[in-house]
Amino acid sequence: MAFESLTALLAMGGHAPYVWSAWGVAAALLIVSVAHARAERRQLIRELQRRNRRERNLSERETDER
Amino acid sequence: MQVVEPRTGLAVAVRATIKRDLTLMLRRRGEVINPLVFFALVITLFPLGISPDTALLAEIAPGLLWVAALLATQLSLDVLFRSDFDDGSLEQLLLAPQPLPALVLSKVLVHWLLTGLPLAVMAPLLGIMLALPVESYAVLALSLALGSASLSLIGAIGAALTVGLARGGVLLSLLVLPLYIPILIFGAGAVQAAVLGASAAPHLALLGALLAMALMLAPWAIAAALRISING
Amino acid sequence: MWAFIHKLGSPKWFYAISARLTPWFWAAAAVLLVVGSVWGLAFAPSDYQQGNSFRIIYVHVPAAILAQSCFAALAVAGGIYLIWKIKLADMAAAVIAPFGAAMTFVALFSGAVWGVPTWGTWWVWDARLTSMLIQLFLYFGVIALRGAFASRDSGAKAASVLALVGVVNIPIIKYSVEWWNTLHQPATFTLTERPAMPADMWLPLLVMVLGFYCFFIALTLTRTRSEILRRESAKRWVRDLADGHAGGRR
Repeated sequence: MAFESLTALLAMGGHAPYVWSAWGVAAALLIVSVAHARAERRQLIRELQRRNRRERNLSERETDER
Repeated sequence: MQVVEPRTGLAVAVRATIKRDLTLMLRRRGEVINPLVFFALVITLFPLGISPDTALLAEIAPGLLWVAALLATQLSLDVLFRSDFDDGSLEQLLLAPQPLPALVLSKVLVHWLLTGLPLAVMAPLLGIMLALPVESYAVLALSLALGSASLSLIGAIGAALTVGLARGGVLLSLLVLPLYIPILIFGAGAVQAAVLGASAAPHLALLGALLAMALMLAPWAIAAALRISING
Repeated sequence: MWAFIHKLGSPKWFYAISARLTPWFWAAAAVLLVVGSVWGLAFAPSDYQQGNSFRIIYVHVPAAILAQSCFAALAVAGGIYLIWKIKLADMAAAVIAPFGAAMTFVALFSGAVWGVPTWGTWWVWDARLTSMLIQLFLYFGVIALRGAFASRDSGAKAASVLALVGVVNIPIIKYSVEWWNTLHQPATFTLTERPAMPADMWLPLLVMVLGFYCFFIALTLTRTRSEILRRESAKRWVRDLADGHAGGRR
């Protein structure tokens, strides 16, 4: 361990704003890209399911009418 | 009755393309003159924006002249394929039996003859206005003549990629300007070296090397880009 | 060999294979990034010259490496798409470009922030930072060009050509900028090039670089799979797939 305590780690020997902002931006971008990828996938699947359901309903109605 | 086959050799096609483009461009004189006026205008803006101090202007003149010439070339790119695209003759060019890279190379040659070369000839005149030392005028013109040929070649790739788009103007500069940076560095470097009394030969050699590379690769990229723009 | 390549290029086959691979890459990325971060932030010794600000290296260097690798990957995918017309390559290219731009931004931002304690200013026209900035513009160009076309195919092809042109130019830009830089400001303090970095400093860096790569691969696989769902949504197998998927319904 390069630091004596947690506060020393957070202070980064006086360089805290630089170290933490650089790490923060990197972490934020990685997290955002994961969240975006997940949301995108879920939305696409939901859309496909909705379309399937709609088509199924349509074909059922057609058989009913006949 | 004897049927005379039209001559279809590559040299014939290249010569015909050059002649046609030259004639068309010389008929629309405004499109040839506008980049030159733009160049002069931008150079006029700098002393007004910075200061009329000749010592200061002389120091930054190489960079100013090169950046202004580069922007003037970039502005002239849009007309390179635009009118041919609009009247359909670009499609004819694609259908020609001759290799497309050779034909587009002759179009780019005309573009350089009517923008890059006049800019290079005009630059020393503007150099006087920026109090650029007299020794560097020859290098200024030479570096611009060499460099603007590469600018035309690289710019033509961007122009070919965006010719099918309705509002390609800003996009074209976004695509092309980053690729211009090496040429700007060596071109302005050559003039700076001449101002300082050093030999500009290494810079000019590097500009020549860049031109050789652009000549080798760009025609194929332009041809591919045109096919994409026309055929989708 | 050809059969294999064409099989790999078929979205259906890729979808099945990547389903098995993706979780592993996500797991590896998570483990490596957590280990590397803790190691780099808390356990690696501080630099004798720069103190603790040097810990920025653990995000700056991986991001910079990824920024370059992504452009190379973009060009390779573009080449494959143009030559063999494999649609999958273009789907990958479409998702790689924004991530590459993001990594370039991270490298630029962390470099600028690092500049404050080392150079005393936010921005120095340092060769690496300058060519990174130019690369960011190249990424913007590729992304903008793809979006500018009405037809997806034309946009994809145009972006592929531009990526190839860009990848030829990047080394030229890099060297010219480096040369320009040494001419104008000799002997600046370079950020990362230091001889003989001790092992307990570069080992966490290696872990971070590997972690970023795994993250990149995992993200590309995941988003390419989404891209397949989007573009192939008319295909029977994609429709069936959605029905079997419980996760989408909430």
